[in-house]
Amino acid sequence: MQGDVFLQLTVSGLSNGMVYALVAVGFVVIFKASDVINFAQGEFLLFGAYLAFAFIAQFGLPWSLGVLATLLSAALIGLLVERLVLRPLIGEPVISMIMVTIGLSSLLRAIVNGIWGARPRAFPNFMPSGEVEFLGAVVGIDRLLVIAIAGILLAVLTLFFRHTRDGIAMRAIADDQQAALSMGISIKRVLAVAWAMAAITAAVAGIILANTVGVSHDIIFIGLRVFPVVILGGLDSVPGAVVGGGVIGLLESYTAGYTTSGLELIVPYIVLIVVLMVRPYGLFGKEIIERV
Amino acid sequence: MARDAPRSLLLGCPLVQAMLSLNNVEVIYNDVILVLKGLSLKVEQGRIAALLGTNGAGKSTTLKAISGLLHPEDGEVTDGGVEFEGEQIDKLPAEDIVRRGIFQVMEGRRVFEHLTPQENLLAGAYTARAGGVDESLDRVYGYFPRLKERGASMAGFLSGGEQQMLAIGRALMAQPKLMLLDEPSLGLAPLLVQEIFEIVERINREQGTTILLVEQNATRALEIADYGYIMEGGRVVLEGTPAELQDNADVKEFYLGLTQVGQRKSYRDVKHYRRRKRWLS
Repeated sequence: MQGDVFLQLTVSGLSNGMVYALVAVGFVVIFKASDVINFAQGEFLLFGAYLAFAFIAQFGLPWSLGVLATLLSAALIGLLVERLVLRPLIGEPVISMIMVTIGLSSLLRAIVNGIWGARPRAFPNFMPSGEVEFLGAVVGIDRLLVIAIAGILLAVLTLFFRHTRDGIAMRAIADDQQAALSMGISIKRVLAVAWAMAAITAAVAGIILANTVGVSHDIIFIGLRVFPVVILGGLDSVPGAVVGGGVIGLLESYTAGYTTSGLELIVPYIVLIVVLMVRPYGLFGKEIIERV
Repeated sequence: MARDAPRSLLLGCPLVQAMLSLNNVEVIYNDVILVLKGLSLKVEQGRIAALLGTNGAGKSTTLKAISGLLHPEDGEVTDGGVEFEGEQIDKLPAEDIVRRGIFQVMEGRRVFEHLTPQENLLAGAYTARAGGVDESLDRVYGYFPRLKERGASMAGFLSGGEQQMLAIGRALMAQPKLMLLDEPSLGLAPLLVQEIFEIVERINREQGTTILLVEQNATRALEIADYGYIMEGGRVVLEGTPAELQDNADVKEFYLGLTQVGQRKSYRDVKHYRRRKRWLS
């Protein structure tokens, strides 16, 4: 029976971890393109969940249309944020841009509060809720589905960075902004794409969370997990975000399952501190190349 | 009038059209630092022009004034103008200038270290039509077969010479009409410098790319150039064909390291008062 518990913990840990990875990927995309640490990533997540709630529960759209509308509005919000908040700061010190994302996080939270209020809302769950036997353990179908959705999305993103014009341009800007400018790469356009992508991945994660844990302001705390995840994986690595998300998710799940009294809440931050001491650029982070 | 000139070229007029011209350009950084003080030069289509001068003469600033890379550095063309194919371009952002066919290969190579050589080249093709990219890649690998051999390793681990080749290859990907080369010989061994200069000459000849070459290595630059300018203190102080410049006594002594009798001499032997001589003091 020991094995069943382990497998169940693994599946639920992985599915949580993949949600973390999605949030982390949005964070990584922005960091890659502009060196900006986006403290508003958790609020993007919150906004995504509430938008899905609005479209599906309040306007009564079928879930497929509701999800589509949520993703489109998230992209629009990402573009707006870049255009109105970040673009005026291009060329200013990175620290100003980082501070502005803190302001942005308060603003987004206040908007959500203003529109939907602070009390938790019931979300019309649309993910299949059955359970399946899997190698002798009983696991929820929605858990497996989350892992699959996140896996596909992350694979698409990896391909985007390797093979598309904008993906390569984004990595080029991260390496040497002025040289990128000298080959006609439009920094404004690339930054806009980055923010839209960050908002979309956060919205996907937000929709998943709305289904699995419900719609409330607690979602922001899940957004905070992004820090241990990206520090572990490396601030600028998409595969790092996936591995980091998986590791943190599994660690939480195992500590919750095998120990008592909420130890799982601090484990991610212990990992964060250890990683910062041992390997500050994370598992897959960019090392500084020194040619000798 | 000037706009009609390219047409006359098409009709078989033997005159070569000035593709790029800078007229009395003045550049100021941060609103106070005057770097170019009324610089004028012309680059004719299909030719190689060399821009020579010592450190701090304003050579790189001149290139950036052409390519639009001044703007992000808080530099500005405050007087005069830069004309490319008969149109004023000094107020345009860098991306528009690249799209018009001017590509600057920046000093110090500036490859994208964490991208593979091929990804670097693809970044160079950012403004190019999607259809022609494979063809461009083949062309670049034709000039620099070594870049293909390096495969998936990151460009930051290439040797200095390979990085310079990659920087020039990246420019070729955009199929520019005018390539601005800033010190391609910087920090390279003499044999590699030779190789790079030969390839630059071949690119000019085979692709018809016009080239404006900034160099400290005056001897080499004058070997491949059709025309040369010598800059000092933000102005052009001397210009002419390579033969004329090589004959000039001051150029010989200060840029080519030759004495009047034509023999090579150590810079140390140049008397102190001679060494401090400037055309504009």
